[in-house]
Amino acid sequence: MKRSVAPWFWLPFGAGGMLAALTGPALVLITGLMAPTGTGLAPGFLAFARASAFARHPLGKLILLGVIALFLWHGAERIYLTLRDMHVAGKSALMWMCYGTAGALTFVTAVTLLIIGF
Amino acid sequence: MSSARPYLRPVEPLWWAHPPYLAYTLREATGLAVAGYALVLLAGLISLARGGAAYEAWLNFLKSPWSLALHLLFLIGMIAHVWTWFQIMPKTMPRLAIGSRILPQRWITIAGLAVAAASFIIILLVAVWMQP
Repeated sequence: MKRSVAPWFWLPFGAGGMLAALTGPALVLITGLMAPTGTGLAPGFLAFARASAFARHPLGKLILLGVIALFLWHGAERIYLTLRDMHVAGKSALMWMCYGTAGALTFVTAVTLLIIGF
Repeated sequence: MSSARPYLRPVEPLWWAHPPYLAYTLREATGLAVAGYALVLLAGLISLARGGAAYEAWLNFLKSPWSLALHLLFLIGMIAHVWTWFQIMPKTMPRLAIGSRILPQRWITIAGLAVAAASFIIILLVAVWMQP
């Protein structure tokens, strides 16, 4: 019997879902609403030098890779299952589109973090 | 029943846009907010690698009304994700028993939401503490 590949995608889906449930609202509020408008946070919160230092630090790299990659894999799983249930396209086409995008962008994130350096 | 021509019950194409399936569709749509926010962060990371001018352009995008509206939608999606995630959690995990009593599903949901609320406050406090 051919084994399903689905469980391999449940792990990053679950990990991303839990990470998003615990950090998502606070992160969106901080980087997307409070910092750009200077509400409750100093205007230079996301300044280039600070963001650079964060992305160069190993812990900062881990946080950025974890948040970006796991959020993408979580979203990809939900979008895949919903589009499959909507019969938008064939199963394997949708899998390649959703998981392929998440995989490619995970690779881009890792390479960008390496280019930024330590 | 013939295996060559199995009977397929007709399915209304827009079944997902009507109750009770609409709640499921909206829950799954929170994945768009989670992945969309990751794309914004990735754009910021790439512009950071490209240098100061590119990064300034990304910061200016964050200040635009379009971005603020987008992040407001992301925030609504994220909060809906938190709410639904912990509604699902007790249904997807093994039943927890304390002694001979089975822990009610509602308690697991409440505990999860409490941890999420605590995490939200801690991250905001860390951000305030890390201000320049």
